[in-house]
Amino acid sequence: MIDVQQVTKRYGQHTALDRVTFRVAKGEILAFLGPNGAGKTTTMRILTCFMPATEGSANVAGFDCADQPSEVKRRIGYLPETPPVYQELTVSEYLTFVGRLRGLTGKQLSAAMDREVQRLGLGQVRDRLIGNLSRGYRQRVGLAQALLHDPEVLILDEPTVGLDPKQIIEIRELIKSLAGSHSVILSTHILPEATAVCQRVVIISDGRIVAEDTPEQLSARLRHSDKISITLKHPPVDGAERFKSVAGVQNVFPGGSTGTYLLECSLNHDVREEVARLAVTQGWGLLELKSISMTLEDVFLQLTRHEDGLSQDGEPSAGRHTSTLAESMEQSA
Amino acid sequence: MTPVATIVSKELRSYFVSPVVYVVGAVFLLIIGLLSYLYVVFAGAQAIQLMQMQGGMAQLNLNDLVFRNLFSSIRFVLLLTLPILTMRLFAEERKLRTFEFLMTSPIGINEIVAGKFVSVFLVFLGLLGLTGLIPVVLSLFSDFDWYPILTGYLGLALLGALFLSVGVLASALTENQIVAAFLSFGILLLFWLLAGLGSLLGDTALGQTISYLSFMEHFDHLVRGLIDTKDLVYFFSGLVFILFLTHRAVEAARWR
Repeated sequence: MIDVQQVTKRYGQHTALDRVTFRVAKGEILAFLGPNGAGKTTTMRILTCFMPATEGSANVAGFDCADQPSEVKRRIGYLPETPPVYQELTVSEYLTFVGRLRGLTGKQLSAAMDREVQRLGLGQVRDRLIGNLSRGYRQRVGLAQALLHDPEVLILDEPTVGLDPKQIIEIRELIKSLAGSHSVILSTHILPEATAVCQRVVIISDGRIVAEDTPEQLSARLRHSDKISITLKHPPVDGAERFKSVAGVQNVFPGGSTGTYLLECSLNHDVREEVARLAVTQGWGLLELKSISMTLEDVFLQLTRHEDGLSQDGEPSAGRHTSTLAESMEQSA
Repeated sequence: MTPVATIVSKELRSYFVSPVVYVVGAVFLLIIGLLSYLYVVFAGAQAIQLMQMQGGMAQLNLNDLVFRNLFSSIRFVLLLTLPILTMRLFAEERKLRTFEFLMTSPIGINEIVAGKFVSVFLVFLGLLGLTGLIPVVLSLFSDFDWYPILTGYLGLALLGALFLSVGVLASALTENQIVAAFLSFGILLLFWLLAGLGSLLGDTALGQTISYLSFMEHFDHLVRGLIDTKDLVYFFSGLVFILFLTHRAVEAARWR
């Protein structure tokens, strides 16, 4: 549905995007993760035909962004970072304006408006001036705008910013429910959001894609060591040494008086059984034993920090733009 | 609704929700009302003088004494008020980030520029139409020739369209409304002064070219009741050219 090939964008000397390549299949939800200034918004602006790419091609729903922008625009719903609302209009005036711009008229238009007002819970504020609405409502009006013409492709730039926790959950459910019928790209720097909503994550840093995979795969493949947390009721005085003597355990961090220890183990060496047996036979009162997997947050920080290191070392950027996961693992190991 | 009509109706709505149109309109009409009052009083004083000198009824020409002066003055009022009407058109969209939304909608830049220009032109025509009360009221009390008044109004409409297009262009160049207004004041005053420069250079080719570029001479012909194709060509070509520049400016604004 969306096919971005080797897209580069330069602003004068500054390279905002460097040979970015990715695809989104029909009905898929893709998260775009990256620190501020990484190139998320630039990518979205190229996809929505707001600005052209310096090099490379972007293709949306079978139409090229550079050659047939109006065909692309017709098939895209776009929510920019700031909801693009006119404060002097009421919600229904605004949605009427948006619908007409996209060629909706008469019954079709009013049906689409009713659907979105219902879907986003805008019924109460339908006739109020947008200027008098709270940030959360404006964000929802912005979303209604993007969904109004039922586009095949949705591009959402930080869709849950400014919403309260309940609304965030509602919007995430809404976006999830669009999967299958719509292709969605959403950018975010809230990592749990990517895990909660998306099937695939692209991590972008300094204009380059540094990783692309499912959230689970990303954290699994980037783990260098397994971590185990164990809590004992009667921790022995020499607990740390005793655990260290178990084969496979590399490091032990005692958690103080609470009786919790953090064990760092070598990869692919499950020590849980051995550790549990030790605790039980010694009568230490095993309360809890769990394996700690790496969160997407850790992955993200690792990848983006790693990227910083690269540029500081003055490594040539050529050939490095899509450092594979294996490479990144080697680099930071 | 065509895309242009959609934009026009939205812009008109925005104009009449904000206080700008009301304030600008009130000041515009007040100043013009006051000016026409003053010109009529002067004309009356002159008539009394003439009567005393010549004895008997003097032939009073309202076209010369009132309307020509009035139209010349309105020119200046337009220069001061129209940039205030146009300054928000693109600058506000860029400031409030709705510009991106507009540019990613499936409509062309042509349609956006046309819609914005037409909407502000309609607002201006409405205001200008209200000043039509002045000749109507005067016609109840005196006799004058309507023809130069109608061509004068045609001149004002054309001049206003040209001023507005300059204002729309200035608004597309910046996201600051004050800068947009000031820029259009500057451009318009510059073209005003070109007339002075042209007459200074006299009847040379350069002098004539510079005079031609200024709107003063072309407007003057229409106020005197002279409809010359040359003047109409000046206004229409100027309008099209400036709106074309606006198109380029809007296009360029995406790149930044």
